[in-house]
Amino acid sequence: MATAAPPSGFLFNRQGWAVFIGVGILLIAVVPLLNLATPEGSAFHLGNYLIPLLGKYLCYAILALALDLIWGYAGILSLGHGAFFALGGYAFGMYLMREIGTRGVYGNPLLPDFMVFLNWQELPWYWYGFNHFWFAAAMALLVPGFFGMLIGWFAFRSRVTGVYLSIITQATTFALMLAFFRNDMGFGGNNGLTDFKSLLGYDLHLPSTRIGLYIATVIALGIAYLICRAIVTSKLGRVLLALRDAEARVRFIGYSTTNAKLFVFTVSAMLAGLAGALYVPQIGIINPSEFSPANSIEIAIWVAVGGRGTLAGAILGAVLVNLGKSWLTGAAPDFWLFFLGGLFILVTMFLPQGVVGIGQKWRFWRARRQSAVAVAAGHD
Amino acid sequence: MVRATRTGRPGYGFFVALLALLIFGATIGPHSASAADLPELVKTLGSDDFSEKDGAIKALGELGDPRAIVVLQALAAGQLAVVQESQKVAITEATGDDLKLTDAVTGEDLGTVAEDAIDRIRVNNRLRSSIDGAMSALQIFSKSPEQRFAASRDAFRTATPAMAATLEKALTTETVPAVRDAMARSLAAVRLKTGTSAERTQAIATLASTTDPEIAGMLRGLADAGDTPPDVKRAAETAAQAIERKLKMISVAGNLIEGISLGSVLLLAAIGLAITFGLMGVINMAHGEMIMLGAYTAYVVQELFRAFLPPGIFGLYLIVAIPVAFLVAGAVGVALERCIIRFLYGRPLETLLATWGISLMLQQLVRSVFGAPNKAVANPEWMTGGFNVIGGLTVTWNRVYIIIFCFVVLAALAVTLSRTSYGLYVRAVMQNRPIASVMGIATARIDALTFGLGSGIAGMAGVALSQIGNVSPNLGTIYIVDSFLVVVFGGVGSLMGTLVGAMGIGIVNKLLEPFAGAILGKIVVLVAIILFIQKRPRGLFALKGRSVEA
Amino acid sequence: MAKLGGRIQGLTAASVLAAGTLFGASAQAADTIKIGVLHSLSGTMAISESTLKDTVLMMVDDLNKNGGLLGKKVEAVVVDPASDWPLFAEKARELIQKDKVSVVFGCWTSVSRKSVLPVFEELNGLLFYPVQYEGEESSNNVFYTGAAPNQQAIPAVEYLMGKEGGEVKRWVLEGTDYVYPRTTNKILEAFLKSKGVKAEDIKINYTPFGFSDWQTEVAAIKRFAAAGKKTAVVSTINGDANVPFYKELANQGIKATDIPVVAFSVGEEELAGIDTKNLLGHLAAWNYFQSVKSPVNTAFINEWHSFIKNDKRVTNDPMEATYIGFKMWTQAVRQAGTADVDAVRQAMYGQKVKTPSGFTAVMNTNHHLSKPVMIGEIQANGQFDIVWQTKGPIKADAWSPFLPEDKGKIADWTYPWVCGNCTAPKFKEAALAN
Repeated sequence: MATAAPPSGFLFNRQGWAVFIGVGILLIAVVPLLNLATPEGSAFHLGNYLIPLLGKYLCYAILALALDLIWGYAGILSLGHGAFFALGGYAFGMYLMREIGTRGVYGNPLLPDFMVFLNWQELPWYWYGFNHFWFAAAMALLVPGFFGMLIGWFAFRSRVTGVYLSIITQATTFALMLAFFRNDMGFGGNNGLTDFKSLLGYDLHLPSTRIGLYIATVIALGIAYLICRAIVTSKLGRVLLALRDAEARVRFIGYSTTNAKLFVFTVSAMLAGLAGALYVPQIGIINPSEFSPANSIEIAIWVAVGGRGTLAGAILGAVLVNLGKSWLTGAAPDFWLFFLGGLFILVTMFLPQGVVGIGQKWRFWRARRQSAVAVAAGHD
Repeated sequence: MVRATRTGRPGYGFFVALLALLIFGATIGPHSASAADLPELVKTLGSDDFSEKDGAIKALGELGDPRAIVVLQALAAGQLAVVQESQKVAITEATGDDLKLTDAVTGEDLGTVAEDAIDRIRVNNRLRSSIDGAMSALQIFSKSPEQRFAASRDAFRTATPAMAATLEKALTTETVPAVRDAMARSLAAVRLKTGTSAERTQAIATLASTTDPEIAGMLRGLADAGDTPPDVKRAAETAAQAIERKLKMISVAGNLIEGISLGSVLLLAAIGLAITFGLMGVINMAHGEMIMLGAYTAYVVQELFRAFLPPGIFGLYLIVAIPVAFLVAGAVGVALERCIIRFLYGRPLETLLATWGISLMLQQLVRSVFGAPNKAVANPEWMTGGFNVIGGLTVTWNRVYIIIFCFVVLAALAVTLSRTSYGLYVRAVMQNRPIASVMGIATARIDALTFGLGSGIAGMAGVALSQIGNVSPNLGTIYIVDSFLVVVFGGVGSLMGTLVGAMGIGIVNKLLEPFAGAILGKIVVLVAIILFIQKRPRGLFALKGRSVEA
Repeated sequence: MAKLGGRIQGLTAASVLAAGTLFGASAQAADTIKIGVLHSLSGTMAISESTLKDTVLMMVDDLNKNGGLLGKKVEAVVVDPASDWPLFAEKARELIQKDKVSVVFGCWTSVSRKSVLPVFEELNGLLFYPVQYEGEESSNNVFYTGAAPNQQAIPAVEYLMGKEGGEVKRWVLEGTDYVYPRTTNKILEAFLKSKGVKAEDIKINYTPFGFSDWQTEVAAIKRFAAAGKKTAVVSTINGDANVPFYKELANQGIKATDIPVVAFSVGEEELAGIDTKNLLGHLAAWNYFQSVKSPVNTAFINEWHSFIKNDKRVTNDPMEATYIGFKMWTQAVRQAGTADVDAVRQAMYGQKVKTPSGFTAVMNTNHHLSKPVMIGEIQANGQFDIVWQTKGPIKADAWSPFLPEDKGKIADWTYPWVCGNCTAPKFKEAALAN
């Protein structure tokens, strides 16, 4: 399945690029058009509430890509990827908090409301600089990246793998959740950061700002996809695949698996942070429950549902599962957990390759019908 | 005593003054004069004014009449009521939907009436304290040594000269040494507040040997107060420091016990996982839900006991619930293994996803059947309360039983795995499935049974945990992260590791808590575990060999 | 692979669009008035919130049986925000924009309210929030039917300082680490100090959500109480953490006569999960108890029992607050003759409802209620015996007079103030000119 044929061009062949750009244009142009240019009540009208919702799905898609990069391609299942997402979100949320300025409840130009409330007299040092957009944006990537590097360095150096790595990443996000819940940490405790007003001066509640953020998310997803694709089609990608399947052998051959894993883990953490940073202004709140271990497990489930080890699968899984969740929590509020739980069981049992696997199976079946010879090639 | 005269009713004040005279005349114990006063006081209990009731309670306590004990006990239990028709004060007893009435003064049967024919006499905390005080004065002369002991132990809280006189008198006749000690201590404590300078110094000397934090508080208060004479002050300071030193050590010992108790809870929650995850390699995210099923089984068994069995044996429900929970959770475990998990062996990370789905469904199932709100699972009588080990250090019975229970379960499991043929098969299958199969072991059966065993143990843990926490559909989610940490920290596949891991985490957490606070303490423990696993990736007790490489 | 990736991406986009039209195409029936119910039915908050969902459904049922509203049927749109705070915001948006509900009853805990607040303000929706909370807020789009701190915390502490409460001199403020306990304790600390309580006689401690191992904390309370002064615990412990807390209290032998515990988040529903035999006399402060004797309450309890088909289910304060909110909203809709948010909002001010608590609650222009305060002692049967109550309803303060940063702040949404957080009226000059 993971026998990605070398592309006959940079990243994609010509047809691939066409599809990639086509989908991008579709997402960037058609969605806002359906929202703005069609009259309300028309069958093609896209409600205002759907824009941030779509934005959210796409943020989750970036997050799923990040996890798929390490789980699907390098065999590292992190159950703490929600932590990187949340760290990115917090970093960007801090900027949005500072941007509120005197428009807060207590009107303090320097301190966010919750600090005024806890009788803090001055801004803690770690909040310095977050009034600058670019600083915060950089931090939203660098902080998760740094954390990822730290955890990865510790873990990969001492060859913590498999289940053990999953459990300690889970413990890490759990510890971070407890820490962020503390009001004394200076990140707003349980309420987290909320009540954002504007971003770079644009009112966050305006539909146009929303669409802008949505477009930014589509572009970010496109870039994230290209980065992941560049990695998995490179020589490094081959090494990753090899060490996923037989790490000891790769080590014996002479590759430094630690560095390869560390690099890809750090990139993945930064992508998760990017997703978080885009998520916060669209959703309007970031709080410690984003660190909860259950959230991180869910990310793995999106990837599994979509199809682990295929980048498009990760995107598809994130969108499908969350679409289902949005729909079912409204349509069947008392039963949706049965559907969701059942879906996870069925997918793991019958679709080990995820939804993407259906397409593959179908192609496989068609290929067999067309030519029995083709069966022998390729698929594992 | 003095307070009782402040109630401001002329006739009443006189009456109380008379009473006081009688008591100061050292005529404590049943005597003829009190018989006439009792009806009046009991009638006052029916007043609407809490202050009047309070006065009556205090006066009843000083009456020394055994009938007063019955009245006060009924009052404390909310069983005393005024009959609307006759305005008599009666003790009520529920018989079916109606109430059987007994005259509180004469003991005469007043027939059976409905709830709305009476007005219950209401008490609040202030009155309850007064009742406690009055009861201890009355019970100091009780026939039962236990009651005398309890009464004299608490007597110092009512620090009045009258109490000092009562205690002095009681000391002259008391023969049981433990009760004498308690009386002497209480007397000293009362004198600390009410005595002369010399009496106080002497009292301090008596009290210096205790380890009661309340007495330490009293001494500290005396030492810090401005109007204390200098010599008393010095003595109090020295005594207070001595007790405080002892208390500090006791508090560390207390933390240690709390740590063992927390460790036992973690251990109990993790043992089942040590089998399904540790031995079988299934990342069993539904483990917490097995615990939850056990807790709900305890609830159902409890309700069945309430509905069908006599109240006398209600306390046994918990004992019955343990095997039932084992069977229920075990059966669910076997069913899950047969239907889902067996298809996923050798793909540990995928078992994670499937069991996560199972966990969501089981939670929602329980929510649909039992409803989302918490369910009450009562502590049986023998598990309520606690005992005082030493000076202010209380160990509660439910924790003691849980510690014992978890060790029994662990021992039974260890014996099963290492000494029975089933255990041998389990170990064989888990170490090398194909070879075990070739040797004629029915691996599929062993898999199902083992998963059932792990689930069943989780179910039993649920019964125990229902005694200290919530019983709600989310019960399992509280324990799941901790359980995995315990197993991984201890070393996957090693029961000894699970034991040491759980106890270590529990004790360290509790020793940290007084300094770092509950949240920071837990974070520190988590970070420590994470770092430890970097150092020893296979946990405390790593299994040797290649079988764990996967 | 590349081809496949592209194809799947196309599929993704198509499915997104398909879902979009699916979502958008929900038809609007003209003969119903829709209301939203935004309470968690799964996750940690379901324990408390699912009951409120049922309460709203009961009220809707009752309303429809009696002819509906303005000649139309009322339809409840129930969604499950699953105790997930961002999902609260998402679902709120969906209710208002997709389902076009006229009003939303929902949320529990401050963070869920803070999460949906921007949505309601942006879309001019109407939210009825039924749970006691920390104050410090007054939004034009929210009606707060739960208690503010001055309707719960301060009267409770005053009671304990008085003779009947045991003349407490030393205080443990024990809370879960989030904004409601932090605020309440901050107000209480200022209040206690204003009453001459010394700093060393106040101990404040916070524990995390869902905290379950209370041994050390309870032992510390015992030690603190041993100083020879009457001590009480003021508990703002939230939700799940209460059952283990009370179990530990009971088993360590802390009786209400020694160290009374007064709680602001423990009601009949929470006690239904605890065996109360050994908690006799511990207190709670609310605006309603099930044990209130009043005709409205009897009817309310009967209706609840027949709706939920279980005589053992209890009623509690947030349910009563939901009841008040719903009744007020229906009255306001009738008065306004429309369910339009702006009209209903205006009609809400001064709206009166006879409540199960036996009093008449009034909606004030600060979007908070005037309600009575009651203090109850826990009884062996899991109910509360009301040992003290205010003579009449007390008006809720959105901003606490005990906090320096709230000095002079007024919440009043009528002319000339039209503001939830101002020290001067918005339309002062115009008002003077008239």
